[in-house]
Amino acid sequence: MLRTFFIVLGLSLVLLVAVTGLRGQKGKKTPIEIFPDMDHQPKVKSQVPSGFFADFRGDRLPVSGTVPMGYAMPVSKEDPLPDDGKYATVQFSSGTSYEDTGRFGDHWGTGIPIPVTAELMQRGGERYMIFCAVCHGTSGAGNGVAGQYGMAAIASYHQDRLRTMSDGEIFNTITHGKNTMLGYGGKIPLNDRWAIVAYVRALQLSQNATMADVPPEKRAKLEAVKP
Amino acid sequence: MSNFFPRWANWVPLKLLLIAVVLTTVLTGGVWYYFTPKYTRVGYMPDQPVPFSHSIHVEQLGMDCRYCHSFVEVSGHSNVPDTQTCMACHSQIKSTSPKLAAVRASWESGSPVQWVRIHKAPDYVYFNHAVHVNRGVSCFSCHGQINNMTTVWQAEPQSMAWCLECHRAPEKFLRPPSEIYNLNWRPASAAQQLAMGTQFKKEWNINPPLTCGGCHR
Ligand code: HEC
Ligand code: HEC
Ligand code: HEC
Ligand code: HEC
Ligand code: HEC
Ligand code: HEC
Repeated sequence: MLRTFFIVLGLSLVLLVAVTGLRGQKGKKTPIEIFPDMDHQPKVKSQVPSGFFADFRGDRLPVSGTVPMGYAMPVSKEDPLPDDGKYATVQFSSGTSYEDTGRFGDHWGTGIPIPVTAELMQRGGERYMIFCAVCHGTSGAGNGVAGQYGMAAIASYHQDRLRTMSDGEIFNTITHGKNTMLGYGGKIPLNDRWAIVAYVRALQLSQNATMADVPPEKRAKLEAVKP
Repeated sequence: MSNFFPRWANWVPLKLLLIAVVLTTVLTGGVWYYFTPKYTRVGYMPDQPVPFSHSIHVEQLGMDCRYCHSFVEVSGHSNVPDTQTCMACHSQIKSTSPKLAAVRASWESGSPVQWVRIHKAPDYVYFNHAVHVNRGVSCFSCHGQINNMTTVWQAEPQSMAWCLECHRAPEKFLRPPSEIYNLNWRPASAAQQLAMGTQFKKEWNINPPLTCGGCHR
């Protein structure tokens, strides 16, 4: 009796492991929920489809002319941006001021509308490395890695047309793109876009500067390392 | 009077007891082994509508996670990128590849690519990416070596016990803020990790919730 029991037990264990596999095995099966109570509540979470809407989009497209809840309102000049160096509020906006569009009426403006500090430059540098360097390269010469794989005609910042371009137009290129470059307005918050513009300006200066641009107290240090 | 029961019948109760003990052990072991997210979730690797490879984009091209998962630092939800993100490059790179057909179809129609979701916390759990990645917890601690995956699979169980393992001793996982998105970074040794983690925990005032209301709110 015992022998038959152990043989049957052994065989069924082998069968069980053969069918269910071991922990950590890769597979396409949707995970089993052992106690599924309350796992799926009829609320809509981010990027999840919803049967409530005819097109099954849980994330609704904004109704034109409205500002979604939780987003900062377009900022006017009387109501300046918080400049405590924190980027706590994510600001995307559809306003019409220079800060929102890079233009005054029908022509481009120039100047960075938020205080340019060392932190802002650092922030701009970090964002540039995340979003732009894959194409434009770390120095802005248009030699990023995407170029090696077939991304054609990436503009270099080190040409006169872009050196003399107004800040507002560069801002607009980041927001809406230009020709074959698509826009990043939906990904990069407003302040960060201006931070990137400031950083692009610094990159341009770095490749096209003379000794006169160096602060006097730093000149000696630079002369010392000159080849 | 003759024996009603043969001699072997004396052993029946003992044998039945043995069988019961063995069966209970096997059953308990089976539940322990199989009825846990370590078995049910880890290794889940669904087919995606586009054979997108993190290994090509992150390792080979050196892209940052935030190029695509752009709101992970500011939002509780880490977004899967929209189609425009892909088209920024794939309007030119491999623009006729059949592997990218679903991306191009989505670009033309405006309806999203139907990515299959892998990591999913139950709806009664409050989870927030921003509070973790801004406080020294790397994607690596919770998603494994994503940067080397050609197809994403779930590497960690993400069960309650697993969350608490870190919440009870975050110093074992905290990293310098510059290495959060560098999934290849490793501490020099376990001792160094502990020393560094303890220092960060003190300096940054790290205090992950252990009370039920922290995660079930
Ligand atoms: C996917 C690759 C790619 C990325 C990423 C990218 N660009 Fe571009 N960019 C291009 C290409 C290609 C052009 C040339 C467009 C054209 O044909 O005029 C360009 C042109 C430009 C120009 C010149 C526009 C003009 O008026 O000629 C600026 C300024 C610029 N990019 C800034 C940026 C900044 C800032 C970022 C980061 C937020 C960025 N780009 C990210 C591909 C890219
Ligand atoms: C080029 C864009 C891109 C980059 C860069 C990128 N990802 Fe992804 N990621 C995606 C896409 C698209 C998906 C959805 C398809 C899939 O699961 O393969 C995804 C899926 C994921 C998932 C699984 C989501 C789920 O359904 O549970 C995780 C986790 C993840 N990425 C983490 C990372 C990390 C960590 C990095 C940085 C090392 C990174 N990603 C870089 C595009 C990207
Ligand atoms: C920075 C530019 C860039 C972005 C953004 C990008 N890719 Fe790629 N992708 C590439 C490059 C470069 C290759 C490699 C091409 C090669 O090997 O020749 C590639 C290869 C691929 C391939 C393999 C194509 C083939 O035929 O072998 C797929 C699929 C793919 N990407 C999907 C995506 C998806 C989906 C997204 C959006 C989440 C995305 N990519 C975003 C640059 C990019
Ligand atoms: C503390 C652990 C933890 C860290 C750190 C972490 N994640 Fe996650 N991630 C999770 C959990 C848990 C989920 C499931 C969340 C849910 O269902 O709401 C998830 C889900 C995701 C998803 C899928 C979201 C979806 O809707 O499909 C993506 C993409 C993702 N994470 C990317 C990242 C990236 C990129 C990083 C690093 C910058 C990161 N995660 C860091 C735990 C973590
Ligand atoms: C690798 C370590 C680690 C893992 C794994 C982890 N956490 Fe955390 N968690 C932290 C740290 C560190 C903090 C930040 C504490 C602080 O800011 O003081 C935190 C904070 C939190 C908070 C507090 C956020 C707030 O707004 O106060 C919640 C909620 C939370 N975690 C939920 C989870 C859940 C749910 C999981 C499992 C899916 C998880 N965590 C997994 C390390 C981790
Ligand atoms: C660090 C965050 C965290 C804390 C703190 C926490 N939980 Fe959880 N809890 C989770 C997560 C994540 C899950 C989902 C587990 C899963 O899906 O495998 C969960 C699941 C559960 C479940 C459902 C289990 C099931 O499988 O049906 C119960 C019940 C529960 N928790 C009770 C509690 C109680 C009671 C406390 C306080 C003592 C507590 N939790 C504290 C994160 C947490």
